[in-house]
Amino acid sequence: MDQATVNTLGFPILSLLIFLPVAGALGLLLMKSSQEGLIRMFALLVSIAGFLLSLPLFTAFDKTTHAMQFVERHAWIPAWNINYHLGLDGISILFVLLSTLVTILCILISWNSIKVKVKEFYISLLVVEAAMIGVFCSLDFFLFYIFWEAMLIPMYLLIGVWGGPNRIYAAVKFFLFTLVGSVLMLVGIIVLYLYSGGTFNILELSTRIYPYDMQLWLFWAFFAAFAVKVPMFPVHTWLPDAHTEAPTAGSVILAAVLIKMGAYGFLRFSLPILPEASKAMTPVMITLSVIAIIYGGIICLAQTDLKRLIAYSSVSHMGFVTLGIFALNVQGMEGGILQMINHGIVTGGLFLGVGVIYDRTHTRQISDYGGVASVMPVYASLFIVFTFASIGLPATNGFIGEFLILLGGFKANQWAGVLAASGIIIGAGYMLWLYQRVFFMETSEKVSGLHDLDTRELIALLPMVILIFWIGIYPDTFLGFMHESVRHLLERVNSGSAHGVSVAKNIVEILK
Amino acid sequence: MQHYLLIPFLPFAAFLINILFGRMLLKEKAHWVSILAVAVSWVVSVMTLLDVISGKTLNQDVYTWILSGNFRVSVGFLIDQLTAVMLIVVTTCSMLIHIYSVGYMHGDSGYYRFFSYLSLFTFCMLMLVMANNFLQLYFGWEGVGLCSYFLIGYYFDKKSASDAGKKAFIVNRFGDFGFGIGIFVIFLTFGTVYYEPVFSQAAGFATKSINFLGYDLHLMTVIALLLFCGSIGKSAQMPLHVWLPDAMEGPTPVSALIHAATMVTAGVFLVARCNAIFSLSELALTIVALTGAITSLFAASIGLVQNDIKRIIAYSTISQLGYMFLACGVGGYTAGVFHLYTHAFFKALLFLCAGSVMHAMAGELNLHKMGGLKKYMPVTYITMLLASLSIAGIPGFAGFFSKDEILWLAYSSTNPVGKFVWLIGTLVAFLTAFYSFRLIFLTFHGSFRGTHEQEHHLHESPKTMTVPLMLLCIGAIASGWIGISNLIGELVGIEHLNWFTGFMQPVLGHPEGHGTHAEEWGVMLISIMAGVSGIGLAYYLYIKRPELPDKIMAQFSTAHRVLFNKYYVDELYDLLIIRPALWTAKNVLIGVGDVRIIEAIVNGVPASIGGFSKQLRRLQTGLLQHYATIMAMGLFVIGAFMLLRNW
Repeated sequence: MDQATVNTLGFPILSLLIFLPVAGALGLLLMKSSQEGLIRMFALLVSIAGFLLSLPLFTAFDKTTHAMQFVERHAWIPAWNINYHLGLDGISILFVLLSTLVTILCILISWNSIKVKVKEFYISLLVVEAAMIGVFCSLDFFLFYIFWEAMLIPMYLLIGVWGGPNRIYAAVKFFLFTLVGSVLMLVGIIVLYLYSGGTFNILELSTRIYPYDMQLWLFWAFFAAFAVKVPMFPVHTWLPDAHTEAPTAGSVILAAVLIKMGAYGFLRFSLPILPEASKAMTPVMITLSVIAIIYGGIICLAQTDLKRLIAYSSVSHMGFVTLGIFALNVQGMEGGILQMINHGIVTGGLFLGVGVIYDRTHTRQISDYGGVASVMPVYASLFIVFTFASIGLPATNGFIGEFLILLGGFKANQWAGVLAASGIIIGAGYMLWLYQRVFFMETSEKVSGLHDLDTRELIALLPMVILIFWIGIYPDTFLGFMHESVRHLLERVNSGSAHGVSVAKNIVEILK
Repeated sequence: MQHYLLIPFLPFAAFLINILFGRMLLKEKAHWVSILAVAVSWVVSVMTLLDVISGKTLNQDVYTWILSGNFRVSVGFLIDQLTAVMLIVVTTCSMLIHIYSVGYMHGDSGYYRFFSYLSLFTFCMLMLVMANNFLQLYFGWEGVGLCSYFLIGYYFDKKSASDAGKKAFIVNRFGDFGFGIGIFVIFLTFGTVYYEPVFSQAAGFATKSINFLGYDLHLMTVIALLLFCGSIGKSAQMPLHVWLPDAMEGPTPVSALIHAATMVTAGVFLVARCNAIFSLSELALTIVALTGAITSLFAASIGLVQNDIKRIIAYSTISQLGYMFLACGVGGYTAGVFHLYTHAFFKALLFLCAGSVMHAMAGELNLHKMGGLKKYMPVTYITMLLASLSIAGIPGFAGFFSKDEILWLAYSSTNPVGKFVWLIGTLVAFLTAFYSFRLIFLTFHGSFRGTHEQEHHLHESPKTMTVPLMLLCIGAIASGWIGISNLIGELVGIEHLNWFTGFMQPVLGHPEGHGTHAEEWGVMLISIMAGVSGIGLAYYLYIKRPELPDKIMAQFSTAHRVLFNKYYVDELYDLLIIRPALWTAKNVLIGVGDVRIIEAIVNGVPASIGGFSKQLRRLQTGLLQHYATIMAMGLFVIGAFMLLRNW
């Protein structure tokens, strides 16, 4: 299959995007720890430069092809046929843009709240950015794995060093969950490498046909890595702890980008490399997704901690994403990808918002709040935008994603669509309940006298609000990137021989 | 006809201006932007109506909203007879209520906020009625729900108000759940969600069945009932009616505009709009008719004993909405829409009068603390009296014509439940007249029962409030005159006197009644008698023998308690839905699922390694070493595996 490799820009934009933050981090290393103001400003400038540098992707991307674009390829470890191979298609491109944007907002929101080890904090943040972009750009499995793991270290530090009181537990839990999954994925990668005669090239691997049994084993090996990251039910329990204990910036990165990598992994690896196994496993995947939607939603109803509630809502929302992906039709998949972006924007925004108020009150207990809307009207009006985007109100981005997913899900399996749709009732329940207890009713003691958003905080929140309405009112800007790549991916998945339907049934039986 | 775009987007512009600049710049002048916008919208709506009367309709896409695979939907507008009538209802009521609010909300700290929500609501409602596809309808549908949430919870520092707003939104979501699935089924059946192709092809699917969730069902019945789920929520029909009475926590102009005249009628609009689908399923129509009839009786019976002036009118709204569904269910879509249109005027007027009374009584809502107000507030009294005569169905008033048409269509319908719902409808007409005049007599007649201080403050409301009352009053009386029964027309020698039915025919078709003229006269006479006797009974009980109601209440205390507590439906839902959900969340999912099962299984590892990490930390201070150790272990596993593979 022809995988046209084009870079219309004439300069290695992806490498620059990855190494600019790394260079920034090195620059920070050289600075004195005491110059906190300078460190912050420098980090901010680096992140802004990264964002501006990523904008040409948005304009130069050719939406009429599914081929990889902005491709760079250099031999790296020729002995093992490992290449430094980067490129983007319609599935990955938006995540790069999201990563560069979110980094800026994270730096802005951490401006005053990070008081210890300031230099190390911003170094970690920039390294995370580089690794995130690397994950989405890699077309070499080995390179992908390096970035995937590289992301863990600074993330682990962000939670473990700058987190809340219970941060060590949360950091270790986060680390172990993801590492165990990753190791199984590594085994899978090596098996593929050996079977295919020694290539880590993802594009090449995605065109071969593997024996069905092998596909099944590999599917579950990859599942271990990706499902933990998503996180899917029942391996989601690290997420509430990690989110709750992480500093605001850590929560935002986790929600906005990091957990997207799991779903991205399914799209980039499981589906195209293991089409028959993926197809056979859809009943399992859809079931787990629907459970996550309802289970995550109902659990939210009993949360007393702001961040924990939003974390569990992520489990529910990511259930929508995986449901859309494994519906294996255009609407579901495009909705799923869009919903990944949406969830990054909305939940990222919610965590940014929680950070704003946490900086003032230093409490995450919902019961400590009340009447915030009376003292912080601007903040309240931005937060309600995030709330309703999370609920999926039309004209916000959440609606477009959820609607397409539910439509696709209903097409694939009526029960899945109907059960998942009940998630929109539960979602309205817990989000409005949260909003009421924090923002409405009588002004609580801890809240009275708080000052409203300052300019820095406003700037950190506004981009998310703008994106919410942009995607909600004119989603074509974003859906347009996906059409070709999604079509191509679905062709690959659905063209696979119908082999293994009976085998699949057996497997499903066994799993039950 | 491009100017039609001004109709929704001017209020939207007003919303943007108010929400962005209202707090800092406009402040107590915020109403000007909103009123100006809705006034121009109204003018353009009238022009549009004239265009439609002259035969020009329009169906136009503005831009593609969502495109994914074979799914495409745009922001687009359909202006036909039904839309044109709805435009007039929405913009007229909205404009008058905007003006009324200037007086009513005067001095409120959230003045700009109030007017920006009103503008946003007007925008969403107009998008709803002007849509040319189901998804944009859904946009407006949820949008008005959002505004309703904001406005019910307008006094958000009150717990009851914020509870009520939340309840309204969530209860509506139950209906929207079905509505949304209905849209999916429509798309999977027709391959599109645009009205035009769906309605024109519907007849071709009349005999098709669908496997829905494992059951083989009649396709059109499934679609119709799923759509009707949405209607039940939005129009507060049983069993999702519980949110509307609580919605009275909002400021009274909001109750008039959103929870009486416009938003709550969206469900009726939906059924009328989709008449091509509903007409293909007798089962669905029967369910619509029965839901409407039972709800109208149920709500009217509750309305008999309530003491809160706004809640009585709220139950009356639920009851009248039931009437509209009853009409649609027996095939009388035109009659349903006609009642929607007359009801908008007299019900908005009733609410605004109640607001005027509250204004004079410093927020007092209890009927038993009022009395004798007519001499203090003559304008409010007369307009409210006329509105009550209209809702009671006294000949000549708007409500009479629409109500009579519904009852006749029910009576003459071929539907097996036709006679039954006619009987209920007639009974409800009696009850409606009774509770409406109970309210009038207790509020305005007799002697004042409140405190001296209150009595001292009693006054007629300012001009900005009374002028809209008088204007709406014209509607409450005369709006029905465009749909006077042809029967009366024949009597006075005018053919096709019922202009409204003829006008709506291209969209809503012509209902067929089977009956003689004598029967039609009979039905009309019975409905008039029901109304008059309801008023008479109220007069007897509350003016002639005011000691009697308490005796009756004591006599039937159990029945009274059940009615007063609204049949305990709220308590039932609390017991059956809310508590179990919370209990499950707390005790089963978190307690057992997450902690005991998942955490125990997957956490066995982290827990043991968590202990291990503590040991590690005792040995080494840095966290990176910790990572390195595990990394090394990982590499060892990999190395071992590679060795084994290559053996």
